[in-house]
Amino acid sequence: MTSASGRPVVPPRAPAPPAGPPVLATRDFHLYYGPVHALKGVSLEVLERSVTAVIGPSGCGKSTLLRTFNRMNDLIPGVRTEGQILFGSIDILDRGTDVVELRRRVGMVFQRPNPFPKSIFENVAFGLRMLGLKNRGELEARIEQSLRRAALWEEVKDRLDRSALQLSGGQQQRMCIARCLAIEPEVILMDEPASALDPTATARIEELILDLKAAYTIVIVTHNMQQAARISDRTAFMLDGKLVEVDDTTALFTNPRQKLTEEYITGRFG
Amino acid sequence: MTTQAWESGLPALPRGRKTDVAGPALSGLTGFAAFLIVAMVVVIMGNIAWFGWRTVTWEFLSAAPREGMTAGGIFPAIFGTVALVLLMVVALIPFGVGAAIYLYEYARQDAWFTRAVRFSVNNLAGVPSIVFGLFGLGFFIQFVGRGIDRGLGLDVVWGQPSLLWAALTLALLNLPVVIVTAEEALRTVPREQREAALALGATHWQTIRRVLLPQAMPGILTGAILAVSRGAGEVAPIMFTGAAYFLPYLPTSPLDQFMELGYHVFVLSTQSPDIEGTKPLLYGTVLVLLLLTFLLNLTAILLRSRMRARLAGR
Repeated sequence: MTSASGRPVVPPRAPAPPAGPPVLATRDFHLYYGPVHALKGVSLEVLERSVTAVIGPSGCGKSTLLRTFNRMNDLIPGVRTEGQILFGSIDILDRGTDVVELRRRVGMVFQRPNPFPKSIFENVAFGLRMLGLKNRGELEARIEQSLRRAALWEEVKDRLDRSALQLSGGQQQRMCIARCLAIEPEVILMDEPASALDPTATARIEELILDLKAAYTIVIVTHNMQQAARISDRTAFMLDGKLVEVDDTTALFTNPRQKLTEEYITGRFG
Repeated sequence: MTTQAWESGLPALPRGRKTDVAGPALSGLTGFAAFLIVAMVVVIMGNIAWFGWRTVTWEFLSAAPREGMTAGGIFPAIFGTVALVLLMVVALIPFGVGAAIYLYEYARQDAWFTRAVRFSVNNLAGVPSIVFGLFGLGFFIQFVGRGIDRGLGLDVVWGQPSLLWAALTLALLNLPVVIVTAEEALRTVPREQREAALALGATHWQTIRRVLLPQAMPGILTGAILAVSRGAGEVAPIMFTGAAYFLPYLPTSPLDQFMELGYHVFVLSTQSPDIEGTKPLLYGTVLVLLLLTFLLNLTAILLRSRMRARLAGR
């Protein structure tokens, strides 16, 4: 909801935990899709066990930025980067980085749920099987735990062997989250995870994110400012490939430092 | 803008419909084309079934030929055809699907090698069957086969016509169709599936094996179905590489020669001294060949349907 001034209302929340060293950080990061300069000198820090929202109009580069954190942009031919991206103290852009291992520690949930055409059990077990886990008992235990953490267990516990494609959109997305949680990542990247869902399902996902915050570091890209205001601790505003401003969410929405930010959040463009 | 500003100043567009002639005409023409296809199949199958069904008795299907092919049955040819097709599939599918995976997943699309591979596959598709037969004879039997014999110090074991070489020749013949359909099948797997797998920490190979390949299976099976149909019916590639008109025994190893339904029909129809007498035999054999091919295809089609249903979540 928006206040009289037209800006999103930030619900009152407990004070943020003391900030530790950033889990993820970009340092003057540039990205080019061929000749197109998509990210321009982005320097952003993501703090441990917090929810960082990245907002901005379509095409501002927020999804591109998100995808660099788990090197998913590698899949696009012709991508070139400059600068550093640090996960802890390692530069993940380094040639020697084990990208597979990185993706296990930094998980991702996509905009449209993308379950495999397999059973719910096999979906959630996928990452574990890739790690080499075979013992049925252990798989079952981990799958139950992940589904519980994703607030889906009660709904699917009696039909784990049925195809995941039979679930509703919201359920599929929670299953994708469970699938991601199963391999115990440290960071979860979410690319507009609720934009393909109805309001009820969206609310459940937001509730889930607030719960997950206690154990995981979350970076969420959203085009919905109200959503960012509701669930994030820090918000980054991007425009045209540049990081315009990043701040504590309450501060950013009530008293932004940049004029562009003020204009965006009051709805004057985008 | 005011109402006036919206006036475009251009003449009014024609409304109302002229009588649509193209619609019904196209529908009629395409319907007629479809009907023709069905009609042709009915006429051909009907003709064969009509003249051939009397010959297809249990004895015909289970016994060996007697009295210079004019009595008895064609069981050895049935056996040989099935053995040939199965061997061909075993050689063909891994090879063809492997090449498709390479082209789609690993090859750099602009590399000269990739383009050379695609060029070769396309050209292979245009080679006449008889050329495959000659190639099989010259390369597989006389070069590879004899080479193995020499290497192992044998007399003539590998360097002669056999099920093995005939199956490999047929596999080569069907390679383009399998590679093309397999690559198409891989292409239809949505990008999000690959992204989902990689984001969960799967390696490239794990993604191919656990996510892409299973979802491409129905398409790959289509390629296999096409290959089986062609493989069971082609005669030229197997004439010099392993098929025989009459053998007193069934093949027991891939190095044996074999009788085959298509080849049997060819010889019966061209070299029999009594054309009229062998007509019923010809029809019967062709009918059996068609039924066998149909049966093999049906198995693959049923398998494919089940896979598709499972992939769709039913």
